[in-house]
Amino acid sequence: MSYLIKGDTGNWEVVIGLEVHAQVVSQAKLFSGASVAFGAAPNTQVSCVDAGMPGMLPVINGFCVAQAVKTGLGLKARINRHSVFARKNYFYADLPQGYQISQYDQPIVGEGTIVLDMPDGSTRTIGIERLHLEQDAGKSIHDMHPQKTFIDLNRSGVALMEIVSKPDLRSPEEAGQYLRKLRSILRYLGTCDGNMEEGSMRCDANVSVRPAGSNELRTRCEIKNVNSVRFVMQAIEHEARRHVDVYESGGTIVQETRLYDSNRDETRSMRSKEMAHDYRYFPDPDLPPLIFDQAFIDKIKASLPELPDDKKERFIRDYALSTYDADVLVAEQENALYFETVAKGRDAKLAANWVISNLFGMLNKQGVAIADSPVKAKDLGALIDLIADNTLSGRMAKEVFEVMVETGKAPAMIVEERGLKQVTDTGAIDAAIDQIIAANPDKVAEYRSGKDKLMGWFVGQLMKATQGKANPGLCGELLKKKLAP
Amino acid sequence: MTSLTALTIADARDQLAAGKVSAVELADAHLAAMEKAADLNAFITTTPDVARDRAKASDTRRKKGDVGALDGIPLGIKDLFCTEGVLTTAASHILDGFKPPYESTVTAKLRDAGAVMLGKLNLDEFAMGSATITSYYGPTKNPWKAKGSSVDLVPGGSSGGSAAAVAASLCMGATGTDTGGSIRQPAAFTGIVGVKPTYGRCSRWGIVAFASSLDQAGPMTRTVRDSAIMLQVMCGHDPKDSTSSAHVVPDFEAVLKQGVKGLKIGIPKEYRPDGLNAEVSALWDRGMGWLKEAGAVAVDISLPHTKYALPTYYIVAPAEASSNLARYDGVRFGLREPGKSLDEMYAKTRAAGFGAEVKRRILIGTYVLSAGYYDAYYLKAQKVRALIARDFDQAFEKVDAILTPTAPSAPFGIGERMDDPVAMYLNDVFTVPASLAGIPGASVPAGLTATGLPLGLQVLTKRWDEETLFRVSQVIEDAAAFPRLGAS
Amino acid sequence: MSLDKATVRRIATLARIDVQEAELEPLAGELSAILGWIEQLQEVDTSAVAPMTGGTDAALPWRSDVVDDGGQPEKVVANAPDPQDGFFTVPKVVE
Repeated sequence: MSYLIKGDTGNWEVVIGLEVHAQVVSQAKLFSGASVAFGAAPNTQVSCVDAGMPGMLPVINGFCVAQAVKTGLGLKARINRHSVFARKNYFYADLPQGYQISQYDQPIVGEGTIVLDMPDGSTRTIGIERLHLEQDAGKSIHDMHPQKTFIDLNRSGVALMEIVSKPDLRSPEEAGQYLRKLRSILRYLGTCDGNMEEGSMRCDANVSVRPAGSNELRTRCEIKNVNSVRFVMQAIEHEARRHVDVYESGGTIVQETRLYDSNRDETRSMRSKEMAHDYRYFPDPDLPPLIFDQAFIDKIKASLPELPDDKKERFIRDYALSTYDADVLVAEQENALYFETVAKGRDAKLAANWVISNLFGMLNKQGVAIADSPVKAKDLGALIDLIADNTLSGRMAKEVFEVMVETGKAPAMIVEERGLKQVTDTGAIDAAIDQIIAANPDKVAEYRSGKDKLMGWFVGQLMKATQGKANPGLCGELLKKKLAP
Repeated sequence: MTSLTALTIADARDQLAAGKVSAVELADAHLAAMEKAADLNAFITTTPDVARDRAKASDTRRKKGDVGALDGIPLGIKDLFCTEGVLTTAASHILDGFKPPYESTVTAKLRDAGAVMLGKLNLDEFAMGSATITSYYGPTKNPWKAKGSSVDLVPGGSSGGSAAAVAASLCMGATGTDTGGSIRQPAAFTGIVGVKPTYGRCSRWGIVAFASSLDQAGPMTRTVRDSAIMLQVMCGHDPKDSTSSAHVVPDFEAVLKQGVKGLKIGIPKEYRPDGLNAEVSALWDRGMGWLKEAGAVAVDISLPHTKYALPTYYIVAPAEASSNLARYDGVRFGLREPGKSLDEMYAKTRAAGFGAEVKRRILIGTYVLSAGYYDAYYLKAQKVRALIARDFDQAFEKVDAILTPTAPSAPFGIGERMDDPVAMYLNDVFTVPASLAGIPGASVPAGLTATGLPLGLQVLTKRWDEETLFRVSQVIEDAAAFPRLGAS
Repeated sequence: MSLDKATVRRIATLARIDVQEAELEPLAGELSAILGWIEQLQEVDTSAVAPMTGGTDAALPWRSDVVDDGGQPEKVVANAPDPQDGFFTVPKVVE
């Protein structure tokens, strides 16, 4: 099921590579001891190193190195035990040193892979080109003064991992899945919180097109700093279409940096970035090569959590879940953990249904994170137990769930308080049936003369008489017996 | 009794300990001498208040018997070291008004050992130069003059302010920094001792960076012993500098008198090119003669890549400088020239703030790193640098130390050699190779020209072997009996 | 190697140093002389040589992930030419 753009001259294929900047989860910055916390007052989280003061020198945060290695292992990538920091030289108001410390031809992590789970149940393996560590820049604020741009350096020096994919993505949908999967892996690892709104995960997309079936690589454009999965997909779709239109009208695409405007759903050239770029990379003489031994890698490897792909496989194998259910459940580690708590020792399929349809549905509707769910996993498990032991019917369980959402109470307590216990005592039901038969001889006669449809009416009466607590299966069975001619 | 400003650090240390002189007296004597010699333009900023406060505090400490290795010793600080709350300029207009909120590791160590800061010393702008003539604050004059001449001579550079001040007894010692010879060459030009330790010995934290892979701080003093005393305090591991070494620091002063008996001293043939100044050449021979008399053995050696050291240096140093000096952009400190746009503000600020030599080096550095030229220039230079370092490694398999002249000539007049940058760069021909290799080097005053101008000899040893460096230097100093300025 | 005026203008722009039109020609001459002198490096055979990238052959030391700096905004902006409300400022940048 390939994604093709229909043009006048034929079908076009789109070629996409993504560069993701993921903020490393850490306390202090990559090369200084200032805090990385979000949202502080201007320039309060800035050391003289981050401000590029004369004579200030960088010293690397070892935890950030470990986080990069951990991420590399999570991407099944080659870890380079010898890597080099390089200076990327350019002038910008929020780049205090006049260069960014980054990694160039010798990154800490080399080639790896990400497996995409497509909605149709298929998978696609996308290559990772590299992952490197670098410093973030500060923040320019353009709307605080009519003639001036204000500069806040709190972000300056925060550790980023730049994760570069190979140009293996072939549709906006795949790009979206790639970002979701990458975010999922980073969150599992605890190396990036993946929060695109706060800017802790940002994406640049490299887009080009080519006639379907060809292997050529045409000129690509880079769309900078797109801040949501949906916008990345829209930007790619728009940019690919623009390329097709340009080619088909006989034009050429110029390699350039473009900005996606989500309000207008269009990309436009960033003229400010167009001035001949020449970053003059060279090894940073303030920082000798970054070297660690295999034992360092092995120790991190031993601490890795079970990652989404492995977890998915296990859920399918051990809980007999469908691929779709497994995909949904493993996307976030907390969801998977919740599910496993609910499913433990219970009917896993029933547990998956309850978690996916009822719980996720409710959380989505309320806009609440699973960590803050009013219904705790052990209570949802207890609810499923009440279904399994016939205390509650499916319908009653849904009612109890609603009350659990409102009150946060345990299901047994709700059942107790509201007297919701399902009636399974045949004597009590028999007595109620006898009363109904005695009170409605005409209906009984009609039924017995062949009007089968009246069974529904009798069930209704019986439910009314038992205040809905009678086991529906049992009701039908006993009614049929008593009404038999 | 000799005047207080003529004392060596070692003498002053003894007299302070014996209670014969106070730190305040020493500070006052030097502050007075500085005022009298203002014409040398050795200082960019004098700090008499800081000096008197620290001297008083030193005297108080001494009464309590709680003194550091340099307690009460008045020193000058090259104005490339950031000093907390005290104007720090790097002799550049672009750092106008800059008062760092921090103290460099080296000057903090000196301060914590009780040293008294007299002021900030002049230098070539951003330490780029060999004559202290590129300073925004004007050239420093060499206190030496040729016999019968009134021509003002350069003190060498870039640590020319430090060299002139120490030679003229305006301070007992001074900090210098050496990137390609900036301690050793001015020491030779002013008849004092200058030591560039192994790269990584002294922390670079808080020193305005010129070329990070070459910059090293070191002492400039009137005697070898004083340099040993000062370096002892200045060096040591600093976790704030990733290139600072954790190597154990030996007791330098303890080895001074161990002599050179049995040591093999390399004489590299490449340091005697055709047309080498005859007086320089003769002094070199004389120096080797002194060492032989003291029991050392001369060994002819070859350092085959020597002639490529200067061109290598003039790629590596400007490349690093072009990047290190990008932070002087008018945004966060120093000079700002107004501009309609950000880029215009940058370009005008940097055009007004940097002098001609600094601009030249930034442009060269920018060019050699730019796309298409990196491999041919920068990468090539790094490879040749590796060969130069290997030359020394191989030499030190055969010898314990190397003896060379420090500079190819005696000090020249202010204003000479200014129109030809390459001719000026040749001043550093003998000092640059050791800088590229990261090995320690010292310049020791060894004699005078026929016109009475100082000449120095350079001693080089392998990495981390400053002990041998000091031993050899001490023997030369003892044999040379160099006539110091102002000594009776 | 000789630099033309256009190249000098390009590198001066990269280095953000304003160079007047009249200065370009003499500057091109000076820089060309330096580069011409540097050119002699090309005669050295470096085919089997690893580049020396820094002044030390030691490995990079690591800090631990501890917040021990910052919290001094007044010091950070104290030397700034035109600070406002705790921010640095520059002429307005139009994206």
